Amino acid sequence: MSAVLTDTVGGAGRAAVGPPAGVRGSAPWPSAKLRRRLTVLSFIGPALAGLGIFFVYPLLAAIYFSFNRVDLINPPEWVGLANWKFLFHDLNLQHAVKNTLWFVAVMVPARVFGAIVTAMLLNRIRQGRSVYRTLFYLPALAPPVVATLAFVSILKPGTGPVNTLLAKVGIEGPLWFNSPEWAKPSLVLLALWGIGDLMIIFVAALLDVPTELYEAASLDGAGAWQKFRNVTLPSISPVVLFAAVTGVIATLQYFTQAAVAASVASGEAITGGGISGTFGYPEGSTFTYPLWLYTVGFRNGLLGYSSVLAVVLFIFAISVTLVLLRRFNAFVGSTR
Amino acid sequence: MTAVPVTMDRTTAATVRRGDKRRQRNNVLIFIAEHSLAIALSAMFLAPIVFLLLTSFMSNQQQLTSDMWPRTWHPENYANVFARTPLASYLLNTVIYAVSATGLMLLASVPAAYALSKLRWRGRNAVFIAIICVMMLPPQVVTVPLYLMWASAGLTGSLWPLILPMLAGDAFSIFLLRQFLVTIPDEYLDAARVDGCGEWRTLLKVVLPIAKPGIAAAAIFQFFFCWNDYYGPLLYTSENEKAWTLSLGLASFRSLHHVDWNLATAATMLTLIPVVVLFFFAQKAFVQGVTLTGVKG
Repeated sequence: MSAVLTDTVGGAGRAAVGPPAGVRGSAPWPSAKLRRRLTVLSFIGPALAGLGIFFVYPLLAAIYFSFNRVDLINPPEWVGLANWKFLFHDLNLQHAVKNTLWFVAVMVPARVFGAIVTAMLLNRIRQGRSVYRTLFYLPALAPPVVATLAFVSILKPGTGPVNTLLAKVGIEGPLWFNSPEWAKPSLVLLALWGIGDLMIIFVAALLDVPTELYEAASLDGAGAWQKFRNVTLPSISPVVLFAAVTGVIATLQYFTQAAVAASVASGEAITGGGISGTFGYPEGSTFTYPLWLYTVGFRNGLLGYSSVLAVVLFIFAISVTLVLLRRFNAFVGSTR
Repeated sequence: MTAVPVTMDRTTAATVRRGDKRRQRNNVLIFIAEHSLAIALSAMFLAPIVFLLLTSFMSNQQQLTSDMWPRTWHPENYANVFARTPLASYLLNTVIYAVSATGLMLLASVPAAYALSKLRWRGRNAVFIAIICVMMLPPQVVTVPLYLMWASAGLTGSLWPLILPMLAGDAFSIFLLRQFLVTIPDEYLDAARVDGCGEWRTLLKVVLPIAKPGIAAAAIFQFFFCWNDYYGPLLYTSENEKAWTLSLGLASFRSLHHVDWNLATAATMLTLIPVVVLFFFAQKAFVQGVTLTGVKG
């Protein structure tokens, strides 16, 4: 990115000095090369400025802030490694990391597996496929707050429809969002409900698997599972990787559903200023890393320590992103 | 089956016919199995929404019970929720946020995507990778410095910190549009350039008409993102309820305005309906957008 800026500046500098003596008089000003660069800049300039102001600057500032005491009123005050040292004594952080890793380990595979299974079912169906596709997809459209409210209400322990139906067949339903053991699995169910976007990507990927491969496997006497294992899975593996990486990153920033489910299920549905009061309900079972980052920075006012958490999050997220970028061409198609 | 050899004797022909029948029966069974599974899944996917919808028509007393079907229908819940809460203000704020952010995003993102797909310049790949990184990284990474920046500009407590950055475009939209624009053959552009069109004229006269589906997809995604956004409005407007959006307002509805579940679910349905309606109008562009930003197998 800096390459293009210095490039342009360099071009401007040369033009100001003027063309070499030999061609003086023949080259119009501004030169074709400079004009070309200015044209490119007129297209990409705003985006480049945005990268600088809303990404590069805040990233560098977060690293700087992580060595400072920062609040909303006073100028930053250098404290060296104090914030970083606290990282290792922060019990809330350990708890939040544990929960976030649990979500990464359970929610991501569950969503990828669920999306592949529903996509395979859809692709088998001939009549009415587009109707089913729309119905399976619809929940993915629901705003996260709406989806969370819907799930908290159908999983209400006492009067919710799910436990009412379970009671009719003689099963005592769990407390779902109100139970420390069941709150996380309830959020996984919620995530599975909104599987539609991932499913559509797999529907397209599965249609791209060459049918000859299946025919060849049939001739070799392969069963359904062997076909899936040896033909389908290798063919869609780039998509699985994409789904896994984007899934892990989405889970690292998992915030809305956990915050809203806790606040609504706790019954003290306060938001805005007070929402962090119910974060993690019940008993911290839904307390995730981004919730702690938010609480530290914007409720406890420890913006320096919050920046430490942001930098750590950055390191994790960028490492996961690099896994995807190494398969750059598969990810974005040809860059020509 | 059409390739049955003509030299076949009677017994094999009979076996094949028996096999045909068995296969037909199997096909019927598979058909029934597939559709039962698909119908069961559809029911599970729809059930939470249907339950919300039914609750939103219940009376204040019935919504406390475990009933699933309204004994008496109360469409007036939808009017009451407007009367008793600032829902209209949430709705207006959400529309302002979503529409202005989407408009500004397009102004900056379409030219950027054009530069990344149809113009050749040094550093292009580096910029493209930087944009992918921004798209992938959690927003929490840059939250603290950005918050301080907007606070010193005096704009916290409003939705401006979420709208103004769109003047520089949006990483995901640039990525989506770029993925769409690379599929447009260069011959179209070259023809315009030979006719003496500059790059901006080529973009406006040649590329924009072809790229309409891609632009529609980017616009819808951005609109939905803003409509659904919870973290952004929570971060910047939580202290000022006048600036709250639907997502933020809904999460705090019951305790803050002392309304019952039936009214809260009515408000929830009102948040969901515009998204669903927009989806049905633009389903094709939408599905195309999802697949475009997936992966090139």
